[in-house]
Formats: sequence, C-alpha cells, structure tokens
Amino acid sequence: MATLRPNLRLFLRARSLALAGFLVLAPCLSFGQAVNSCLDCHSAQPGRLEVTPETFSQDIHPQKGMTCVSCHGGDASSYDPDQAMGRKAGFKGKIDHRQVPELCASCHSNPTYMKQFNPSLRTDQLDQYHTSMHGKRLAAGDIKVAVCTDCHSVHDLRPPSDPRSTVNPVNVAKTCSRCHSDAAYMKQYGIPTDQFANYSTSVHHEAMVVRGDLSAPTCTTCHGNHGAVPPGVDKVQNVCANCHAFQAQMYQKSTHSKAFQDRSLPGCVVCHSDHGIHLPSDAMLGTGPSGVCMRCHAPGDRCDRARAAIQGNLTQLDSAIKDADAALRLAESSGMEVSEARLNQDQARDALTKARVTIHSFQTALVDQDIQAGMKIAAANLKAGKDAMVERNNRRIGLGICLIAIAFMLVGLWLYIKKLES
Amino acid sequence: MCADHTPQTETSRRHAIEIFLGGGLLASLASFLYPVMRYFVPPAVVDLGGDEVVAAKAAEMKPNTGKIFRFGSRPGLLILNADGAYRALSATCTHLGCTVQYRPDLHEIWCACHNGTYDLNGRNISGPPPRPLDVFDVHLRGDEIVVSRKREA
Amino acid sequence: MFAALMRWLDERLQLEGLIAPLRHKTVPTHRLSYWYFFGGITLFLFIVQVLTGILLLLYYRPGANEAFESVQYIMTRVQFGWLIRSIHSWSANLMIFTALVHMFSVVFLKAYRKPRELTWVTGMLLLFLVMGFGFSGYLLPWNTLAFFATKVGTEIAGQVPLIGKPIMIFLRGGEEVTGATLTRFFGFHVAVLPGIVTVLIAIHLFLVQRLGMSVPPKLEARWIAHPDEKREMKFFPNFLLRELMAWYVAMGALGALAALFPWNLGVKADPFISAPAGIKPEWYFLFMFQTLKLIPSKVWFIDGEVLGVLGCSLAGLLWMLLPFFESDKASRTKVWITGLSIFALVYVIGMTIYGYLAP
Repeated sequence: MATLRPNLRLFLRARSLALAGFLVLAPCLSFGQAVNSCLDCHSAQPGRLEVTPETFSQDIHPQKGMTCVSCHGGDASSYDPDQAMGRKAGFKGKIDHRQVPELCASCHSNPTYMKQFNPSLRTDQLDQYHTSMHGKRLAAGDIKVAVCTDCHSVHDLRPPSDPRSTVNPVNVAKTCSRCHSDAAYMKQYGIPTDQFANYSTSVHHEAMVVRGDLSAPTCTTCHGNHGAVPPGVDKVQNVCANCHAFQAQMYQKSTHSKAFQDRSLPGCVVCHSDHGIHLPSDAMLGTGPSGVCMRCHAPGDRCDRARAAIQGNLTQLDSAIKDADAALRLAESSGMEVSEARLNQDQARDALTKARVTIHSFQTALVDQDIQAGMKIAAANLKAGKDAMVERNNRRIGLGICLIAIAFMLVGLWLYIKKLES
Repeated sequence: MCADHTPQTETSRRHAIEIFLGGGLLASLASFLYPVMRYFVPPAVVDLGGDEVVAAKAAEMKPNTGKIFRFGSRPGLLILNADGAYRALSATCTHLGCTVQYRPDLHEIWCACHNGTYDLNGRNISGPPPRPLDVFDVHLRGDEIVVSRKREA
Repeated sequence: MFAALMRWLDERLQLEGLIAPLRHKTVPTHRLSYWYFFGGITLFLFIVQVLTGILLLLYYRPGANEAFESVQYIMTRVQFGWLIRSIHSWSANLMIFTALVHMFSVVFLKAYRKPRELTWVTGMLLLFLVMGFGFSGYLLPWNTLAFFATKVGTEIAGQVPLIGKPIMIFLRGGEEVTGATLTRFFGFHVAVLPGIVTVLIAIHLFLVQRLGMSVPPKLEARWIAHPDEKREMKFFPNFLLRELMAWYVAMGALGALAALFPWNLGVKADPFISAPAGIKPEWYFLFMFQTLKLIPSKVWFIDGEVLGVLGCSLAGLLWMLLPFFESDKASRTKVWITGLSIFALVYVIGMTIYGYLAP
C-alpha cells in the first residue's frame, strides 16, 4: 500500500544497514524485550510520524502486551520498510478517521476478549457512540467530529483513573474545549463556543479542578461521554436531580415545573444557567442585576410579592444568625466560654440552607417554616451570648466587691500599724 | 506621747481601726471563701470525659428511627434498627460537611445536600461522599444509651 | 478572746518557747528594704498555688482522652471553676515573676554573701523547681500550644550529650509526647515537685529566720561605724503586718487578673497535626529559647543546639555557685560580679522582649 519515493527508499535502505550492525548489540540493551522496529524507526521521525518509546510506554496498550502491530498491522521484527510496512504483513498505515471507532471497538466491544484484561470494563462504547451527536455526524460523513482517539489521545493513552489522562474527570472539560471552544473550528455548526469559558467560572469547576472533588460534575456528567448529546430541554432537571435531589423534588411539585415545560424553557437552567453555574445568593431573589424572578414576572403581581416575602424572610434569618455570631464573638473575647452555643449556630445555619432549598417549591409558607425553625435556634444562641455578657458583668461586680473588701482590710492594717508604731 | 490625744480621739481611732480591720478581715475572707464553697458543690451535669456521651434515653428511641446528638464538637447520629440493634456514627457527611440523616424508608443514611448515601455501617455507597462515616461504640447503661469512641486495638 | 485562745494553746504546745525567738527578730529598715517583701510574696503565691491546685484536683482528670474536657468542664460548668483555674494560671506566672525579682534583688543587695551562701543555693534550687512546676503544669490542659511547647522543650533537653536522650525519655515517658507524658507530668506536678519544694522552702525559711535579714555591704559597714544610725523594726508584728498588706495587694491583683483576663482553653491537642508556626514557650523560658535560636547551627565542630543547652546549663550552675566566687575581702571580683549581674538582668529582660517581638 505504501509506495515510497526512490530517495526515501534509499535513505531507509541505508539506515537498515546501519541498524543491522546495531542489531548485534541491541539484544544486550533490550534485555528480554521483543524487537520493535516500528518504534526504533518512528522515534526518529519528524512531526506527526514521531512516536518515541518514552511516549508509547505511557500507553496502557503496550503495558497489557499489545504492540503497534495490534492496531496498525505490519511486521515489527523487520527493519526493511517494505517488509515491515508491506501489504503482505497486513500493514494499515495511518488509520482513517472514519474507521477509528470500528478499529477500537474490534477489541473494546468484544466482552470475551476484554474479560481477559478487566472484566468490569464496559463494552458498549461503540453502541453509545452511535447514539451521540459525534457518532451520528460521523456516519453522515463529517470527519471534523471527535472519534475515540480525539478524546482518549493515541499512543500515550492512559486509563481514565490516571490523573494525566485526557479523560480523567479533572481534565475532561479541557479535552472537550479543544474543539468546542474553537470558534473557527465550530463555525459551521452554529452552536455556542463559550461553554468552557462559562464552566470555568462555575462552582462545579471550582469543586472539581481547584478543590479536586472528583464527584463534582464535568461535561460528561451531564452530557454523557460516549453517547454525548445535550440533554433535551425537558430533561435538564432530571440530570441536576441526580445530585440536587431535594431541589428537584420541590421544583417538580411546584408551579414553575409545568409553566416552564409548557413554554419549552429548560428548567433549572432558566435561573441557574447551564455551564456558568455560580454559587446562588439571596440577591437572586432580589430586584437587582442578579435577580432572576423579575425577568419574567411583573412588578407588583402576586409572584413579586411572594418573592419579596421569601427574600425578606431569608434576610431576616441571615441577620439573626450574624447577630448571634457577633454576640458570641464578643462574649468569647471577654473570656466567656460559649462553645455550646457556637455549635448550635451550625444548626441555625443548616436551617437557613434548608430554607434556601425550599425556595424551589416557590411556596412562601414552606420557606417560612424552615425560617422560623432557624430563627428559634438563632434567638436561643443570641440569648446565650447575651447571658454570657451578663455573667461577665456579674464577675466584674463580684471582683469589685472583693477589691473593696481588700481595700478595707488594707486601710485597717495600715491604721493598725500606724497605731502600733506611734 | 502626744498631749493632744484626748481619750475621745483615742477611742474613736481604735474604733475606726476595729471597723476597718475586723470588717475588712471578715469581708475579704468571705469573698475568698464564698467562691470556694460554691466550687465544692458538684454541678448538675456530670462530666463523663471527652470520649463518652449519653446520646439518649432508651425510652425515647423508637425502632427504625434516628436521632442527632452532640459528641464533642461535632454531631453524631444514633439509630435504632427495626431489629432492635443500636448504631452510632458521626453525622458529618464526608463530602462537604453537611449533617446526614437516617432514612427509615430506605434503611440507609442519607445526606440531603448532594444526595449521598451510606449504609448502616457507615460505608459510602452512592453519590459524592468519598469516605465512610466514623462508627462509634454503643452501650446500654441502665436506661441510658452511652456512645463512646471506638477503642484502639 | 484571741488572748484566751493563745493561752489555751500555749498551755498545751508550750508555744512561748517557740515564738520567743521570733519576738526578738528584727528587720532592718533602709531605703531598699522594700525588696525584703518579695520573698514573702513568692511564698504567698506558692500557698495560693497549693490551695487552688488542690481545688482543681477535685475535678481535673489526667489522661489524653479526658484532660482537655475536664478543664473545659471546670471552666464552663463548675461554679467559680473559671475563677479557681484562672487564679491558678495567673498565680503561676506571677510567682515565677516575683521569684525572679526576689532573686535579682538578692543579687544586687548582695544578700547571698557569707554566711548566707546556703540560703542562696536553696533559693536557686527552688527557682529551678518552680520553673519545673511551670513546665509540667503547662502541659496538663492538653491543648495544642501546651503539647507542642512540651515537645519542643523536651526535645531541647534531649540535646545534652550522652545523658540527654535518657533524660528526654524519662521526661516523656517514652520516645514521643503522648498520654504517658501527661500522666508523668501530672505526677511530677502534684506529688514529686511539691514534696521536694516543701522541704526546700522549710530549709530556706529556717535559714532566713536563723541568719536574719542581710543588709547591703556599704550600709552594713556604715552601721558598724555609726551604730546609732541603725534603723530596724520588729519582725513580729510590724514586718509581718506589712507583709500581710503586700499579700492582700497580691490577692487583689490575682482576682482582678482572673476576672478581667480569664485564662483561655485553647484547642484540644492533636498529636498528628504539624506544629503551629512560630511556636514559643512561656515568657519565663523565652530568653533561653531565643538564645538557642540565635546560636548558629554549627559552631566549630559542635552542634549549635548542644552548645546552647550546655552553655545555659553551665551558666545556671555558675550562677548558683555565685556566693563562692566572692570572698569577704574587698577585691576586683566584687566589681566583676556586680557588672555580671547587671549584664545578666539586662540580658534576661532584653532576650525576653526580643523573643516576644520576633516572628
């Protein structure tokens, strides 16, 4: 299949002769290793033909006993290019983009074969891929879409559990963004290319990439990996519900669920955005720039009033907690011991968190319930702080009395001494 | 010595000394002894030490329920199984620190924050939590359920 | 009524025989005689420590699992527990301070000279033991600061060549600072040290009573030349009443400190965390600690820390033997010693301040 130009052939012939001499010594160096003429030549090739043993040793396939021949065919024992890369040896050359999935699947979709290596590995990736946007477009002839090697890399393919792997959860977003953030590359598809930029500002990114919390969502968590396709508009809350179960439950039962569905609005995304999900704040319930309710609702209507009530309640509890914190801090700096109340503040904060979750029911009464529970606790803690200050003052009064008694005694002693010595 | 010390000033001066000395002595001793006397009286809440705490009374726990109690500076979860066995674990979720709860419908421990679940041995079985919950020892002492940290082997 | 009680006791204990010499004892009065109070104040603070210590014993539990919680219990639940504990901690610091003042006043008033060398030696031993009290007691609340201070302190003790390691293991009750260290320090603090110190105080007081109060050399010489200029007051009751006033002032100061600045609890010790940055010992060890920090890591072929520890120990030993370097006759040694004493005081104060200000 490979028809090489004459001077190249000559060059390679010369090289083979030199290599023949090298072969005598080679066994001493490659102790027990099989001869791999592919790597020996290709480690010195320029540009995209270069594959070094250092790179290839990182790949999991040679670690499991596979070689270049396993995917590319050919004869790895020969240094003669015609023999090594000849049709007789079944050499496939560079695998065509459209044929990559099938090639990988020739092993990876064979459960009997894969069982020898790792019985718990899935073998349905190709089927999944065919359902994905990438798979469908590839079948229609688009070679710009991703195939296995685009995401998993090639020749230095590491298992996803390896932190250096391109498909390790921490690196997934970056891998996807290689195409999806390239405006020029994606121009013909008419879809946005700001997903990665937005995601990088999100709490999920912060959790995953900055804090290293591997349970945080990345592209594949919501879109799938092999069967990657954006969730449909009515499916968004199902995806979010996998982690944010309470909020989804409340939302499901609320008025917004049907209202959004009827208008084909994407559920959670309407208020929280899809990729650039930031830490929600009480300001989202407000009328300022981060306010989300007033994007749809009219000022003064029933919903606006409910919004104001909920926001007011949250602010009330928040400041009650802050007031209690301040009182406890003051008590502590005066030397009083208030660790129990400090602990109970956590419960008050839990109540506030719960109230913020209950917002998704969009019912003022339910939110109010949680708020009131929190207010009680915060009030008790505030009282503890105030009591501590009262106790502090009592101590000072006690000290004062004691000092007066001591002063009395000192005066008495002084007078007595004076009398003795007069 | 001094001729102008009349018996009057003498007595009044002695009187003053007696008041100050006697009164001062009494008052100062009282102000020292009062706290000491109060100190001797043991407080109502008995100190069990840092390793143990009374989580609940046996009477207040119903089968297939859980109760949050305070253990040191963190919350703990006491569960009474349907089959009558007690379990006590740390109630701080190993994901982001929320307080977990017992789900009687699932017979599992659940964290409301991000849908993490643990089994009754504290093992993290689904969701984001990366580590199991710490398990404590539970003993019945009379009608009190006492939870203590696991003894190092 | 008081006289009747005294008569009753005297008939049974023959007190007069014991008290009689005390009635004759006099205390010289001069410009510098205020310094005489400091020994008594230190004794008073020691008594306060014993009493508050016994009270704390009613609730404190030694043991890595319980110590911190028991101190927390005392501070929060026991009635006036905060007061007893804070007085104990403040009085400890105050006692070491007054002991140091007492020591330096003796140095500058030259009260250590013949025949009072043994009083000086017992006094220095008492100072070392009192610092041992401070070191052992500091660990007992089992908070982070205490834990690491003990770790560093015993580590330094282990630097002494040859015997250092055995000393460190003896102090720690093992290779590392653990609950065993706490139990051991508790034993030192409430049994061993009090026993030894009580005996030494008895000897020290006996010597003071027997030999009387010393007077600075120049003044002594003057009074020998002009006996009519000698001023003195009776120990009993005049000096004692004044001493009592000083004790009352000290009591008031302690109460104020305890009420206005209660001693804090800290965070329970966790042996597995790394030492907090910039950890320092208590102020009374700071000058030695700072000295150690300034010594380069290698001097010649000797390890810097070893040199520091040996140097401090040698300095302490020589300081304890101070009276034996000074003879009765006037000589240049006296001037040298005065100069050295001034240097020592300035050094201690300076290094303590430096230690506080350094990061």
